[in-house]
Amino acid sequence: MNQTTNFEQAFARLEEIAAILEGGQASLDETMQYFEEANELFQFCAAKLNQAEEKLYVISKKQDAFQLEIEEKEQA
Amino acid sequence: MWDDGPSRSDIFTVSAITLEIKELLETQLPTVWVEGEISNFSRHSSGHLYFSLKDESAQLACVMWRMRAGALFFLPRDGLRVRALGSIRVYEKRGTYQLDIARLIPAGFGELQAAFEALKLKLKDEGLFDPLHKKPIPPFPERIGIITSPTGAALRDIQQILNRRMPFVQKILRPTLVQGESAVQDIVNAIEEMNEFGAVDVIILGRGGGTLEDLWAFNEEAVARAVYASRVPIISAVGHEIDFTICDLVADLRAPTPSAAAEIAVKNSVDVAQELNELILSCRRTIDSCLSNYRKTLRSMEQSYSFRRSADVVRQRQQRLDELSRAITSYCLHKFKFQNEKMIQLRKRFSSLHPQAVLERGFALVWHKRLSQFMKTTDDACVDDDLDIHLGKGSLAARITKIVKLDVKWRDAFDEPNH
Repeated sequence: MNQTTNFEQAFARLEEIAAILEGGQASLDETMQYFEEANELFQFCAAKLNQAEEKLYVISKKQDAFQLEIEEKEQA
Repeated sequence: MWDDGPSRSDIFTVSAITLEIKELLETQLPTVWVEGEISNFSRHSSGHLYFSLKDESAQLACVMWRMRAGALFFLPRDGLRVRALGSIRVYEKRGTYQLDIARLIPAGFGELQAAFEALKLKLKDEGLFDPLHKKPIPPFPERIGIITSPTGAALRDIQQILNRRMPFVQKILRPTLVQGESAVQDIVNAIEEMNEFGAVDVIILGRGGGTLEDLWAFNEEAVARAVYASRVPIISAVGHEIDFTICDLVADLRAPTPSAAAEIAVKNSVDVAQELNELILSCRRTIDSCLSNYRKTLRSMEQSYSFRRSADVVRQRQQRLDELSRAITSYCLHKFKFQNEKMIQLRKRFSSLHPQAVLERGFALVWHKRLSQFMKTTDDACVDDDLDIHLGKGSLAARITKIVKLDVKWRDAFDEPNH
C-alpha cells in the first residue's frame, strides 16, 4: 500500500480481495499475502474513520492563489 | 412690424421652465407602479441599470440605481414583463423624464414561470439535463466543497451532518451570496474557483428554504451553465423538498434539502466501519476454511494407501541402499587386497630383474674399454683389447686373448641343454 492511497481506493481494494479469496482460486501463498494486505488496508481504513476533522476551512482566491483558513468552530 | 410679444416678466428661461416642469411632475405624480415590457436593457459598469418600459403605443425611460439593483432576485432582460415601483424624475440637463425605480418584480408568477419554463426547455434541448452527462458521486470523498451562505442555516445543517457521519472528511467552504441578483455571478465564480482549486471530490451547492424570489438565483442560466461545466460532481440542494430549480436539474444529483445533500455526500462512518469489519471477517473466514481444507487434504493424504505405500517404497529403498552400500564396500575391500598382493608380486619380479641381482646369480657384465660400452657380441672385439669384468661382488681387469665367433646364441644353449 503506497502513501497516496486514499480511503476510497483502500476500501475498493478490500472488496476486491474479499472477492478474490471467496473465488477460491488463489494458492495458499497468495492467500496469505492477500490476507496480510487486507489487514493493512483494514488498519488504514479503521484509523481513517477514527480521525476527526471537524474544522471548517474557508477558501478564498487572492491574486490567483487559493488560501485556506480555518474558521473557528462554533459550539453548537 | 415688430411685435415685442409678452412683457419681459412673462418669459421663462429654459432652466426656469424645466424647473417648473420638474416641480409639477415630481410633486403631482405620487410614487406609482408601472407595468410594461423591458427593452434596451443595459447595465452600466457603475452597476446602475438603464432600460425602457414599453407597451404597444408608448415607452418610458427607466433607471435603477446600483444600491437598489442589488436587491433584485432575478436578472432583468429584454422582453420580460415587469412591474416597477418608482417615481418620475426630470433630468434637467437633457430635458427628459424617467422612472426612478425602487422595486422591480416580474409582472406575476406567470411571468416568472414562463421565463423558468422557457429556460428549462432551452437547456433541456441543449442537453444540460442529460443523465449521460451526470457524473457519479464518489462513495468516499475526502474533501467536500461547500458553496453556500456563510451565515445560513444550510451551512450549519451540512456541517453537523458531515461531522456526525464522517468526521474525517475535510470541509471547505466558499462563502457566497445565495439570493439577490448579485448572487448569480458570485455562485458562478464560486463553482469555477472550486474547480480551479481542484482538490475537492464533490461540491454541495445550495441554500435553505425561502420564497420563490429568494431561490431565484438558482434558476438563472449562468448558474445552470456553471454547474454543467463543473468537472467536480455537484450535489444541488436548494430550498425545501418541493422546490425544484434549474440548478437541481443540471446538477449531477439533486438533494431535497441541504441536510439531505450532506447525507448523500458521505456514508455513515458507523455503517462503513461495520462494512469494513464484515469484509475483514469474510476474508478471515475464507482463509480459515481454506486452511482447514488444506489440513483435511493433508490428513487424508497421510492416511491414504498410496501415501502409506509410498512410505513403504521409501523404506524398501532405504534397505536396498544399505545392502548396496555393504556390497560395494566389501567388493572394494576385496579388490584392494587383491591389487595389493599383485603389487607385491610385481615388485618381487621387478627386483629380480635388477642387474645387481642378475650378477649375484653368477652372471657378469663385460665393459669394453676401447669401445666404452658393455659387450653384447664379439663383433667389434679385437685381441689384446682391455676389458673390465663386473661380478656380483667386485670386478676383474682382463685382456682378450682369443675371439670365438659362435652362431648359436648363449641363451639357446641354455633353453635346450640336450642339443
